Amino acid sequence: MSLAFELQKNSHAQAELTAASADEHLDGSGITSTDATPGTPGAAPSNPRVRRGLRIGRLGIVEIIALIVLGLAVLAAFWPSLLTGVDPLTGDPANRLLPPSLEHIFGTDHLGRDLYARTVHGSAQTLSASLAAVLIGVVSGVLVGLISGFFTGVVDAIFMRIIDVLQAVPGLLLSMAVITALGFGTLNVALAVGVAAIPSFARLTRAEVIRWRASEFVRAARADGLSTPSVLARHILPQVRGSIGALVALEFGSAVLSVSALSFLGFGAPPPQPEWGLLVSEGRDFLAAAWWMTTFPGLVVAAVVLAANRLAHVLNSEKEFR
Amino acid sequence: MSLRYLVSRLGQGLIVLWIAFTLSFVLLYWLPGDPVVTMLGAGGELQNIDPAEVDRLRAEFHLDQPLAVQYLYALFGLLRLDFGTSIQTGTPVTEAIAASLPSTIALAALALAIALVAGVVIAVTATLTRRSWLRDTLAALPGLGVALPTFWVGLMLLQVFSFRFPLFPAVGTGTPAAIVLPAVTLAISLSAIIAQVLFRSLQNAWVQPFVTTYTASGYSRLRLLLRQALPVAVLPALTMSGVLFGQALAGSVVVENVFSRQGLGRLAQTAVTSQDIPLVQGIVLFAAAVFVLVNLATDLIYPILDPRLGAANRRSAGTDGANLAEADAQGEGSIPAEADATPGSDATGSGSTESSATGRTDLEGSRA
Repeated sequence: MSLAFELQKNSHAQAELTAASADEHLDGSGITSTDATPGTPGAAPSNPRVRRGLRIGRLGIVEIIALIVLGLAVLAAFWPSLLTGVDPLTGDPANRLLPPSLEHIFGTDHLGRDLYARTVHGSAQTLSASLAAVLIGVVSGVLVGLISGFFTGVVDAIFMRIIDVLQAVPGLLLSMAVITALGFGTLNVALAVGVAAIPSFARLTRAEVIRWRASEFVRAARADGLSTPSVLARHILPQVRGSIGALVALEFGSAVLSVSALSFLGFGAPPPQPEWGLLVSEGRDFLAAAWWMTTFPGLVVAAVVLAANRLAHVLNSEKEFR
Repeated sequence: MSLRYLVSRLGQGLIVLWIAFTLSFVLLYWLPGDPVVTMLGAGGELQNIDPAEVDRLRAEFHLDQPLAVQYLYALFGLLRLDFGTSIQTGTPVTEAIAASLPSTIALAALALAIALVAGVVIAVTATLTRRSWLRDTLAALPGLGVALPTFWVGLMLLQVFSFRFPLFPAVGTGTPAAIVLPAVTLAISLSAIIAQVLFRSLQNAWVQPFVTTYTASGYSRLRLLLRQALPVAVLPALTMSGVLFGQALAGSVVVENVFSRQGLGRLAQTAVTSQDIPLVQGIVLFAAAVFVLVNLATDLIYPILDPRLGAANRRSAGTDGANLAEADAQGEGSIPAEADATPGSDATGSGSTESSATGRTDLEGSRA
């Protein structure tokens, strides 16, 4: 047991060493253009010595904005009354189609409802659906990946062929097929988007399992007589966690996009429920007269997705430093 | 590229399609609703319908048979390229798909062309420029492009270029100008994927020893990039084509809705709305077939384009080249799995992870 954990630490030290030597190789070539490329696998581990020193200050202005956006989104989803005291469902016909002003910062819609209040209250539906989708994706995907990666052979082949198929159909179409079977509604949209998120989690987990399966600490753990589930849970899962964290953030961003696209197409909650995609869709008939009705809810979606992707990027580089 | 390899890849593609068919059958035919009632448009109420008519239709669609028999009927129909009949309209699914295809192909082709040009220009400029602000801005563009909701981009373009400045028609398929805004909308997320992948692989190619050698012998940066680095960098990016086509198809659902165009995407949306099971299944299988075919084509083209694979090909063939090139560029310290563990970060949620996964699908396939 303890030997296994010792080895686990060792292999990390080694991984860092190799990363460092790879950098030296890059630096030696005299071309340093790589380190200005965020998100490239080649650049991610670049110059660990320099960046490790800046680690605490690594949260730049962009990351802080991203965290604020996500924080506001969570606030809006769970405690909308903190952000607005206006009711999202009752409108004042006298105030219909008002452009943005201090009183209605996002303007009002065709029924005189405050658009800001509707957007704030809409985040509960959209974000909880996205969160549920990612949860479904991560739980089933990691399970499939663990099983598939650890038990090679027939089980692996069957699981992977199914994952192949799930990947062969574009995510949105796959979700639409699931919706056809289950019917409309926010919960079904969440389930449908979750199914489409399974393949990436399964593949990532499987790759990591295969990578660590033959390592010394796993072999030591097995030699200690640990059962397979224990080996998977105690020794392999911790290795996978870092990359899964980054992928969760990334998939959350794309889940928000998918959920709002499906709700835009009319497969989500029925009106008058505020849902981000639905809000944009409601503004379609007023494109010429009331630009704010489509512009603001869409901007909010984009901001949340951008923030989630940024977080994924940070988590991913964090993983490289571990 | 031996014949055996070709046959085995075709076989793998067919297996994927067969599993896709089986999965979609299980998913769609275990529905609580009764397709016949839907077909007769009775709004879920059986009493207004002639029972004899119900029985006749049920027999015609083999719905009175056990599920296993229905499955076999459908499978044999599929072998004759018969996807069944649309419940809503009564036309064969194959016909409905074929009729909607030309408009979507035109849209997707134009969008892919725009995306290719934009993506290459962004990636090449970002690699070449010595101004760090320009490089950082360009490198951030793909991340922005994939984060914008497609439906919203379409509506914004409509708002500006149809309503504020009436340059393009807002709806319809009539005039050639009508395709511009939909194609641009669709191209934004596609170009983001292309730019992201190409930029990354250009970065990797740019640190290869041969670049240093050429620089030392006085090659200009532009010439070096276009003549030497780009051909190397394009290869890994090529594995993305299956995902790109899939994205174009999925994007057409939203874009055709926003711009009120007829096409496959619109067909898919109405099929889902009216729970037209055979039509939904047909479209899903069509999308899977496109993905399989594009990947197959990529696999076949790959060794021709990449002479390095000549020897490796005889051994195991396939798109190993993508992974080889990436692994090369990352130095020997990294493990190929690392490339997958880095899910593109700024890139498309699904797009980027799928890209690496696609590469690996083929890798596995060729070794199996």
